[in-house]
Amino acid sequence: MSDMNPALETFSQEVDELLTAMEEALLGLEATPDDSESINSIFRAMHTIKGSSGLFGFDDVVAFTHEAETVLDKVRSGERAIDAELVSVLLACKDHTAQIIQHAFFNEELPLPDELQQQGQALIVQLTGSSRAVGGMSTTQQEKIDHFEVDVNTTDSSDNWVISLAFETNALRNGMDPLSFIRYLQTLGKIVEVVITMPPLIRIENMDPESCYLNFKIVFNSSADKKTIEDVFEFAEDDCDITILPPNSRQEHYLQLLANLPEDQLKRLGEMLIEIGALTEKEVANILDEQLDENNADAKPLGEMLLEKNILQQPVIEQALKKQETVKQKINKESNYIRVDAAKLGYLINLVGELVISGAAMRLMVDKHGLSDVDDVASTMSHLVEDIRDTALQLRMVQIGETFTRFQRVVHDVSKELGKQIQLQITGGESELDKTVVEKINDPLTHLVRNSLDHGIETPAERLRAGKPEKGTIQLNAYHDSGRIVIQISDDGKGLDADKIVAKAIAKGLIKPDQALSRSEIYNLIFEPGLSTKEEASNLSGRGVGMDVVRRNIEALRGSVSVDSELGEGTVVTIHLPLTLAIIDGFMVEAQQERYIIPLSMVEECVEMSSDEWQIDEVQHYVNLRGQVLPYLRLGDFFHNHKKHSKTQRESLVVVRFGEAKAGFVVDELHGENQTVIKPLGKLFENLNGIGGATVLGSGDVALILDVQGLIQHAKKQIVR
Amino acid sequence: MTAKADKNDGILSLSIMDDMTIYTAESLKETLLGYCHPGTKELQLDLSAVAEMDSAGLQLLLLLKAEAQKRTFTLRLSGHSEAVLEVFELLKLGTYFGDPIVFPANWKKS
Repeated sequence: MSDMNPALETFSQEVDELLTAMEEALLGLEATPDDSESINSIFRAMHTIKGSSGLFGFDDVVAFTHEAETVLDKVRSGERAIDAELVSVLLACKDHTAQIIQHAFFNEELPLPDELQQQGQALIVQLTGSSRAVGGMSTTQQEKIDHFEVDVNTTDSSDNWVISLAFETNALRNGMDPLSFIRYLQTLGKIVEVVITMPPLIRIENMDPESCYLNFKIVFNSSADKKTIEDVFEFAEDDCDITILPPNSRQEHYLQLLANLPEDQLKRLGEMLIEIGALTEKEVANILDEQLDENNADAKPLGEMLLEKNILQQPVIEQALKKQETVKQKINKESNYIRVDAAKLGYLINLVGELVISGAAMRLMVDKHGLSDVDDVASTMSHLVEDIRDTALQLRMVQIGETFTRFQRVVHDVSKELGKQIQLQITGGESELDKTVVEKINDPLTHLVRNSLDHGIETPAERLRAGKPEKGTIQLNAYHDSGRIVIQISDDGKGLDADKIVAKAIAKGLIKPDQALSRSEIYNLIFEPGLSTKEEASNLSGRGVGMDVVRRNIEALRGSVSVDSELGEGTVVTIHLPLTLAIIDGFMVEAQQERYIIPLSMVEECVEMSSDEWQIDEVQHYVNLRGQVLPYLRLGDFFHNHKKHSKTQRESLVVVRFGEAKAGFVVDELHGENQTVIKPLGKLFENLNGIGGATVLGSGDVALILDVQGLIQHAKKQIVR
Repeated sequence: MTAKADKNDGILSLSIMDDMTIYTAESLKETLLGYCHPGTKELQLDLSAVAEMDSAGLQLLLLLKAEAQKRTFTLRLSGHSEAVLEVFELLKLGTYFGDPIVFPANWKKS
């Protein structure tokens, strides 16, 4: 796209975003067909693309999106119902739009190829076919004018609160005297008028003198706020239904407060109304309770319930809703606003890396010369550098949710293709990780999801036979764990067949027939090259990427992947990834005059390595640490095979953890925390065992960053041997 | 004895000699009900001895007034004691009992 002018490039990005939003909304509609928000978002996508395409003179795009927009407008106005069929057609339209826009970008002068034209025609027929009868839509799109209705009921000119009290029958027996509350109310302002009502059928002969039949409506003039007034009736709460309607002058006051609310944060309607004092927390809590109570089927939105119960006047609620909408739009706009070239960000992060290193160098100098007055300044600066580092890295952090939601479409399409019923559940989409990691994880994830779709989930018939719900579920989950992100892909399908895997592995010569393997070792064999449990490759999985490639890709990101499964119950694939590839908090140690960095998040504890305290097995290399068997590794021995270890020095044991696995590293000296800028090793050293990278220290020395995962594996193997 | 009465040509006059509270409500109701019979043309209530009045007592008075309207006899209150006045003042009931105002027309406004 190098020859594309900047405006066009922006347009291209905008189209991408709009189409993604449209797809999400469409898939969302499958679950909730009446969601007007989604329908609007779909309409907006088509409408905006049409408008912008017009600017660039992409007539084909304009012609096509116009048709889609017309149909969507009908959907929006309720003239046409949205069903699964229409959603499918619209999804196809979305794809088609993307295609013709691509075409327009690159072959601006050429007309659309026949193939695309026919596809477009076919879609238009599908779109409009059934709705032709409605016909007669004018070609200019009609913008709906939002009309703002003012309720005549509430235009009472008086400046009073209206308090309604409906006492329960038992109120008097419970020791309540309604009159005493009203007496107390009088201390807050002036009671203008009281209207007492009683149930119409009550007569003196059939009444129970100890029951309460009194309902009050009090017109009250006071400058107190709602909370204070509500507090008057605090003790009556259990025996009385209280509503407090603010005066009209308050209403204006509320409207003004609403207008002045900061627009930086999206708030719930209730929260906004509490903030301006129009509602009290109690009122909101009660209504929300009720909302939950109504068995959800006919639960109404908060705003409607407030109106119905006459707790707040309509204009205030409407204004609050409007405000909410503007904030939403503003936030959307803001969050889409700045586009930065990824290369610039990369450059910034490199610079920050250098800054961290020179900061460390300065620190070193200050300590060396013992400049106490510079010390303060230096520490302030290192704090700032740390903040800058975190913020800079944060810039590249993106939520993984977006990557996850893309799979909705994959699942939707593939399950149709395979005749299976599959739903995708996404949790933890808000977990953040570095954009470069996200980009690289996409392919392995796609492969794993497709695997689950193809091999994992059974056909509906098979599932019913196995006593499972007809609809299969694939779950994508992400969460942070000790400085790393964990991504899980799980399905409730048929699971892995351990016997089959073993047989296959023996046939391929990966393991010996008499080799005893644990269950997890067997399952993890599927990541070995050349092992596929599927008898023949289907069109989904036979795409040249095997599970071994998945593992290689993930390990290239300094991550790891493992699988667990229960035959007939399902499979879980767990991926561990580092959050970022650039800078980490490290823990520096020294062994045999060489410095090493261990990622701080993986360090569990440091103890003295002494045989007085711990039982140490020097032959098998393990230590009994408070009753726990811990394999250990002498870093010095491991990296300097030729030198013999001399037992003169005091040693320390650094306990590290990776996921479930733990091991100890024996080192000569501990140097403490260190901000570590990861410098990738050259091609030549990429495959070094136990080393994941290098960093430059403040002194200019080089320290090696340990590949903890690999070393733990190594330490464990020592024990087995 | 919570009340004493004089009888004269369908015009009854009654002095309430006790508090009008939830503790006396039961007996008060029986007494008042006893005066609401077809021959009653006017019921005069003397409230001067009412030392205390609460919601239960007020409720009875309101129901008695409603009963009087239904049976088309006149209810006349007199000699309001301080306690009664306080309640009437609080709830702006003076006009309601003084004149036969039908209040629903009034409360719609608020």
